[in-house]
Parts: sequence; C-alpha cells; structure tokens
Amino acid sequence: MNYKHFFFFFCLIILSSCKQEVHLHKIEGQQINISDSLQTDQSIESFIKPYREHVNANLDSVLAYAVETYSKSDGEYNTAIGNMMADAVYEQSNPVFKTRTGEDIDFVLLNHGGIRAIISKGNVTTRTAYEVMPFDNSTVVVKLKGAQVKELIDYLVKAKRAHPISRLNIVLDTDGNFKSAGLNSNPIDFNKTYNVATNDYLYNGGDRMNFFKTNDSLYVLDYKIRNVLIDYFKKIDTLNPVIDNRFIQLKN
Amino acid sequence: MERREFLQQTAAASALIGLGGIGLTSFAPATKKITILHTNDVHSHIDAFGPDDGRNPNQGGVARRASLIANIRKENPNTLLLDAGDIFQGTPYFNYYGGELEFKLMSMLKYDVATIGNHDFDNGIEGLYAQLPHAKFDFVSANYDFSNTIMDTHVKPYRIIVKDGIKIGIFGLGIELTGLVEKRMYKETKYLDPTETAQEMTRVLKQDEHCDLIICLSHLGYNYRNRPEKISDLKLAELTKDIDLIIGGHTHTFLKKPTVVKNSEGKNMLVNQVGCYGINLGKIDFYFDSDKNKAANGTSIIV
Repeated sequence: MNYKHFFFFFCLIILSSCKQEVHLHKIEGQQINISDSLQTDQSIESFIKPYREHVNANLDSVLAYAVETYSKSDGEYNTAIGNMMADAVYEQSNPVFKTRTGEDIDFVLLNHGGIRAIISKGNVTTRTAYEVMPFDNSTVVVKLKGAQVKELIDYLVKAKRAHPISRLNIVLDTDGNFKSAGLNSNPIDFNKTYNVATNDYLYNGGDRMNFFKTNDSLYVLDYKIRNVLIDYFKKIDTLNPVIDNRFIQLKN
Repeated sequence: MERREFLQQTAAASALIGLGGIGLTSFAPATKKITILHTNDVHSHIDAFGPDDGRNPNQGGVARRASLIANIRKENPNTLLLDAGDIFQGTPYFNYYGGELEFKLMSMLKYDVATIGNHDFDNGIEGLYAQLPHAKFDFVSANYDFSNTIMDTHVKPYRIIVKDGIKIGIFGLGIELTGLVEKRMYKETKYLDPTETAQEMTRVLKQDEHCDLIICLSHLGYNYRNRPEKISDLKLAELTKDIDLIIGGHTHTFLKKPTVVKNSEGKNMLVNQVGCYGINLGKIDFYFDSDKNKAANGTSIIV
C-alpha cells in the first residue's frame, strides 16, 4: 500500500464518520412575475433579434380592426370569438367546397380548446391569426349520417362547453338537458346525411369527438384554419362578432 | 454520477484535513439550501407580451427571465431550472423555426431538465427529434415508452443531480396522448399508467438511489373538476409517497401559491404550476439540516 492508497483510505474513514444525515426541515415556495421591472439580458436579447426581425417582416401587416377584446372565456355556450371562427370557416370554405363538389356545407363544428389566444381590441394582423390559430390544422368536410349528427349534438350537450359552431342551433332546458336543435332554423332530419366542416384534428378523434372518426367519407380542402382567418380578416375590414342564440340554455 | 459524488466528498475531506483536525472532532449542524426554479407551458413565448395585449400586457419574455434566473443563481449556486413541458407551439417562432429557438434559448438559460408535453409532438415525433441537437438539457419521461420510436434512448425516465451533496431525483410524467394528439404525430409512443409509474419511480429514487429530494415533472394537468376519474397532479400527490414536489403543466393553471397536499402516508408535499407563456417563474427553496432535533419536528412548509 503506497502513500496514495493510504490517503485514499484515510479519506474514506473520515467520510464515513462525517457523512452527515441531512433532513429536509423547511420548504419555502413563491412565484415571481416576469414583469417589465426586470432587467433584460442583453446577450439573450441580441441572440433573439435576427430571428424576430425575420418573423416580424412577415407578420405585422394590418388586416382588420377589432372593435373589442374577444376571449373564449366570455360567454357560456357560445362566445363571440368562437362564433367568428366558425362563421369564418363556413364563409371561406363553402365556396371552395361548392366549386369542387357542387354541394354545400351544412354546418361547422370546431373546438373551444382550439382557440389559442384572445383577439385584442385594435389592429388585427397576420400575427393575430397566428396567435388565435398557431396550429397547422386544416379544414375538412365530413359526411355525417343523421345518427352521427345526433351523437355530435349529444356530445355538445354533455360537454357544456362553448365549442364553436356555425349554422347549427342547440337549446338546452333550464336544467341543462337537451331541448331542441336545428340547422339554420330548420329542423334536423336524422335520416339524412349532412356535410359538416371541421378541422383535421377533430376528425382524427381530437377532444374525443369520436363521431367523426367512424366516417371515412372525407373531403380535404387543403385550407389551413389560420389561412381561413387571414383571408376572412382581409375581407371583413372591421371585426365585431357577438354572442348570439346559436347554443343557449333557457333561463327560469 | 457516483464517481463524481465521491470526488466531491474527497475534496471536502481533504479540505477538512487541511484545517487540522477540526473536522474530526466536531461537526456543526449545517444548513443547505436547494433552489428549484420552474416554468411550464411556455408555448414558444419568447418575446414579452406587448403593452397593448388585452390580458397580459408587458408580461413574460425570455430575456427578462434570463436576468432573473442569473440573479437567483448568483444568490444560490445550488439552483436547478426545470420545465414541465409544452415548450413548443403558440407563437410564429415555432411555425417558422420548428422549436430551434426555444431549445437554444433554454440551453442559454441553463435549463437542467424538462419533460415532454402534448404540444411538443406538434411537428410529429420526428419534429421533436430534429430539434434535440439544440437542447443542452435532458428530457425525462417515465411513462412514455419511446422504445419503438426515433426518440428511443433520447429520453430517460429520471435524472439524478447532486447539488451541495444533496441528491435530487427528477422524474417525468406525460399526459395520455390518445384523443389529444394525432396518432400519426406520436407514432408508437406508448403511454403507461402515471400512478403506477410514479410509485415505481419513487421506489427507485428513494430506496435504490437514496435521493434526498424527489421531484416529479408532470404534464398531467393540475386538476379535472368535471372528470374526477382523470389522473391529475392533485390526485397523483394523494396516491403516492416520497415525492417532495410535483411541478405541473398542461392546464395553464395560475395558482396564488403552491398547493400543500397530504400524500398517501399523510405527509405534506407541494404541487405547483405557474400558469403559462413564461408569465411567471416558480421558485421553491428546500432547506436541509443535519440537526436531528430540528428534523424530529418535521418539515415546515411556508407558501
């Protein structure tokens, strides 16, 4: 055993005698807001800069003006922002669908969770469309049989969420149970087949909307929801959607 | 890892010898402080919200978070920085660069460990894999089995980090992907039961690895009031033992303060989540003491 080894063992002995048992005796938790009172790290800032400039060059052109701030949490069973999105999908997609197939879209269903940001009062830009719809999902039209339309309505009644719809009306009674449903104020014929526009995320079973998945009659429009919004914003000039009666619960 | 720990302790012992025997006769009770910093659901929010934003004006921003974290590290070098997933998707930065900038910035901020959120599959599992070279931090997930995917061997169930002699075990849990992410995106990723996985992980980290601190990085979601059967951070906390902190994500839950939960043994532990979009940074300080008397009084939690 040379000196090195001896030193090694000596350390081990010391270690075994002084390896102290530690005990967790106090936990303190807090949350720190990242506010503008904090300093900006300049090296990080200058690293981001070229990326930001490239992206911004594309995004900041003004497309429309929003009269108010619209949020998906404003409204019980339908929201202004959700109504705008579902109506935009109908308005933008139906002409495309019609020229290609000769048929009309009967109604639209999107998902509440798919509204990813608010629209703030003021200028609406390409950036707004990216914020509201950051995902690259596309519009699809699914042929749904009456029975599946029934399932779709049951889903919405049960979910009690403001999933965006267009041209479909649902009324719940005062207890929140299903009362009636219609298509653009006409009754639904559950023996008929309907063209339902949605996005490919929901068609593929997203948000457990399994009524879409059983159907293989699918028409892919190749029209991203984000581009639907961008085209719609360009067209309308002033954005002023409202909460309406398309999905409501009757009050006492 | 064991070797590194040994070397550190050897160095400490040598220092004690240098002090001339003091170390042999008395060991004053030492207090050690480990700081855990965390974010979740940053969703590509690299820039701060502008002054005109309708909800979060002038909040967030990576460059500000960087300076805050640097200051905290200066105060306590024994700091870990963690993220609970959904790093991707939410601003055009992701659409233009596919997550490259997010990972590069997190590496510059010296993140230690992150777990995987459902949106981190938004460019498919290949899209996540493609960005891995930009991440100088580790991904942990114990309940996603990636063995039949391109991510195989790139994600570990857990990681152990030793800071100031304190052994910290960090394991990851992801949310069920069916119904949330298209199958063609996550491919053959297998989802394993989070509760069973967590029980196994805590056994490994506590009994086999003898960790002093066990942290679960979870993307399960804080709580599902309308779906009580669905696993969440609060449920997981109650059903398991030996986890000191669950750092959550997915539900974008803004809490006024971390939630104290009684685990399956009736011991208090913490569940925390800091909203989303990099608006807040969570900071949990763990104080360790070698004084047995203090230890006998249990752990006090101040939130």
